[in-house]
Amino acid sequence: MRITYRDKQYETKPNITARDAIKKLGLDPESVLVVVNGKLTTDDVVLREGDEVKLVAVVSGG
Amino acid sequence: MRCRKCEEGAIVNMRHHKLALCAEHYGEWFVAQTERAIEKYRMFSRDERVLVAVSGGKDSLALWDALLRLGYHADGLYIALGINDPIPYSDASLEKTRKFVDSGEWRVAKDDAPLAPRPTLYIVDIPAAYGKTIPEIARAKMRGQGRPCAACGLTKRYVMNRLALEKGYTVLATGHNLDDEIAVLFQNTLRWQTGYLARQAPVLPASREGLVKKVKPFCRFYERETATYALARSIDYIYDECPHAGGNLTNFYKTLLNQLETESPGSKLSFYLEFLRARGEGAFEQFNRVEELHACELCGQPTSAPERCAFCRMWNVSRIVE
Repeated sequence: MRITYRDKQYETKPNITARDAIKKLGLDPESVLVVVNGKLTTDDVVLREGDEVKLVAVVSGG
Repeated sequence: MRCRKCEEGAIVNMRHHKLALCAEHYGEWFVAQTERAIEKYRMFSRDERVLVAVSGGKDSLALWDALLRLGYHADGLYIALGINDPIPYSDASLEKTRKFVDSGEWRVAKDDAPLAPRPTLYIVDIPAAYGKTIPEIARAKMRGQGRPCAACGLTKRYVMNRLALEKGYTVLATGHNLDDEIAVLFQNTLRWQTGYLARQAPVLPASREGLVKKVKPFCRFYERETATYALARSIDYIYDECPHAGGNLTNFYKTLLNQLETESPGSKLSFYLEFLRARGEGAFEQFNRVEELHACELCGQPTSAPERCAFCRMWNVSRIVE
């Protein structure tokens, strides 16, 4: 399953929560928002094969 | 996870509030909390004209959006800094800001409030006005030890204050969120910068002629909450960070504080609110020294420097372009 974060793509196994996937990528769950199939959602959602997952960095601008 | 209010799918789970909400109810909650902060800290009234400092980022555009939805008279100020290397950051952020105004998204008023009239967007183009971009002036003046952030901050503070006064705004609102505030608070606490601690507040009053009141209506929102609002409202903001922000201390402190929040939800909020409580009880009052200010001999803006203000010394001009 593919996860996009800051224009880069990462592969991870399906059937885990978004929060676990975020941690597996070495990110802090506080620092990203989860968008699954174009919809903003909470990080307890279980990611399935075929889902389009985008992590949006919370920090931006400057 | 379900919305606490309607059982729809939640878009946000605020563990520090023990509150999960759907898009519709989160939008309502967010705007209501914005108004609550404005009232709690007595930031401004509905009779006042508010100038919002907009950068094209999520916080400032969300703030402008929320104020317009609440029916406040809120116009925007964008400062073009000429930061376009290695990515066209300034150009892209101006485009996002213009798009927000043109999109009319802000027309969706809250409840029965009248639709807001089209807000005014002031643009101050620094390179056009002063002949150099922010990175160029920082290099030329060897300011900021190779980073343009000090020159950028000085320029933005000056232009914001001056334009607000010249255009008759009594209030300058910035999109600083709680993460911004506690990163500064953390830094000032680590160094026991008691003078800075004494002055950090949701409202900086217009303490003398020539200074406009500055307010931070989002100071109680986590950064992820303003980002959530911007996404939920389909506000097209600039996702990129400023190319000069990488590796700065503020972001490092934000990372540390987020790690703390992950392990102990509510830590960030209590750090800030307990600081405000202590400050309100006078814990830092003895360090709140009022600086002697006088008018800059070139531009007339208040300064503690003996002759010219720091802005005029750096840029050596007193002109501002509308």
